[in-house]
Amino acid sequence: MYENPDGVKIGLEVHVQLNKLKTKVFCGCTTDYHNDPPNSHVCPVCLGLPGSLPVINKKAVEAAIKVGLALNCKIEEHTQFYRKNYYYPDLPKGFQITQYDFPISSQGYIMIEGEDGELKVRITRAHMEEDPGRLVHEGTIDKSKYTLIDYNRSGMALLEVVSEPDLRSPKEARRYLDKLRNILEYLDVFDGNLEGALRVDANISIMGGQRAEVKNISSHKGAERALLYEIVRQKNVVRRGGVVVQETRHFDEAREITLSMRTKEEAHDYRYFPEPDLVPLKISGWAPAIKETLPELPDARRMRFVEQYGITDDHAKALTSELKLAIFYENVAKKADPKTAAVWICDVLKGELNYRNLTIDSFKKEHMLSVIGLLASKNITEDGAVDIIRTILDKGGTPEEIVREKGLIKVEGDIVETAALEAIKENPQAVADFKAGKEKALNSLVGAVMKKTKGRADARAAREILLGKLG
Amino acid sequence: MITKKDLEHIAWLSRLELSEEDREKYTPKLNSVLDYFGELDKVDTEGVEPTYHVLALSNVFRDDEINSPTKSLSQEEALSNAPKKHDGFFKAPRMM
Ligand SMILES: [Zn+2]
Repeated sequence: MYENPDGVKIGLEVHVQLNKLKTKVFCGCTTDYHNDPPNSHVCPVCLGLPGSLPVINKKAVEAAIKVGLALNCKIEEHTQFYRKNYYYPDLPKGFQITQYDFPISSQGYIMIEGEDGELKVRITRAHMEEDPGRLVHEGTIDKSKYTLIDYNRSGMALLEVVSEPDLRSPKEARRYLDKLRNILEYLDVFDGNLEGALRVDANISIMGGQRAEVKNISSHKGAERALLYEIVRQKNVVRRGGVVVQETRHFDEAREITLSMRTKEEAHDYRYFPEPDLVPLKISGWAPAIKETLPELPDARRMRFVEQYGITDDHAKALTSELKLAIFYENVAKKADPKTAAVWICDVLKGELNYRNLTIDSFKKEHMLSVIGLLASKNITEDGAVDIIRTILDKGGTPEEIVREKGLIKVEGDIVETAALEAIKENPQAVADFKAGKEKALNSLVGAVMKKTKGRADARAAREILLGKLG
Repeated sequence: MITKKDLEHIAWLSRLELSEEDREKYTPKLNSVLDYFGELDKVDTEGVEPTYHVLALSNVFRDDEINSPTKSLSQEEALSNAPKKHDGFFKAPRMM
């Protein structure tokens, strides 16, 4: 049982861009603006010019239903849009089109790995809304003289996924975000690598106190850091005999701290009212057909991997934590021993990729198959295989070329035998130490054999041969 | 009942600057508007389906096609009415 000593309660509001759509949610402007100049993909609708009228993108509604179903939500019979009124330069109309009391989906859940085993995190709702524009400040937000605005992002389809305060630590919050992101990628509605694809607001309280809302968190790592900071801050307030006040705080990503944003407008007064320019949606009838098209989701795939390929649950979890990695593994496992493939992909390749900040796109499945083949035919050693993988990532080339250039073909039998005899002869001290009971001395003899064979001997085999000779 | 303080709050939310004279004038005016809507409260709506929208329509969509139905503007067109701009951006006073 996780004790949750500080009584931490965290609820997250995650804004997800449905950025795999071709166009924005209410107009025909492209979603492909990331490398283009500011305000080059805008129109009267997403600039909020008078007289323009929004019309909702059918694919965006379908994507929202898809996500709702994948999050185990109920798809509502009646859903409609509202105007949320406030003045901020990122909102050209003076209001944001969003949902209020009739969200498209609600009452779902996500299973995550909690502090003490499986944790069910309830999803209050997942509603549709439009993205505001992007603000650019010269210098920092609190020192800048003016605000620059790019409306290319304005009107992008967003889904706001709101959780209940079921998370009990920053670590659980990060895992929840990872899982959500993973599900969205499996659904093919979301590309998490694009700037601004996922933004988080976090509500956090400790020991039953008031909650602070932390805004402006732009990554899962940022969320963990912001929450860690916020817990310490609230604990310090309580320790000094103070009371944590309900307020909105801004996460300063560079300084890794949260800052109070108390302004005159703190008392939110959004005056929601039904959006007269968009008619209600009655789309719950679409749900069964969309449900049929849902792909296999991460948890289901993880269980199938364990059953079908006989790999460990830890490997299955690591392999399914990224859609591309799961696909890569399956392609390899079809043509090689699935267990060996899981070990080499999870325990070696993934680490080498992370170390270099690369993704699985940087490694060809054919190369993995060659490496596994060379190992299976005992042509290379495990050390040699690691060397090949590293060389491919650093310099390119194929496993066969690297084997040839580096002379990695494993040497066997006689050569290792000879090297072992030489090693024993040349290291009398180590031999004496070993015979006197210092088992570690054997390592230096194995090292000598490896050196003589330029690393092409199998270390385990060399060990056996040495033991036989010293026995 | 709307007080002068309520009026000031509403004016602030709409970013309207009202003179003392305006405030004196608008407070009773807003109250009479509110009284007028109060008439609606007298109607018995028991068992009546709420009106979610004034149009008896639902499910109006557009396809996910670029420039349909509205066409994007060029950056120059987009910025043509902006009082202040900078390097292709709209320029506004700092908000905090
Ligand atoms: Zn547009």
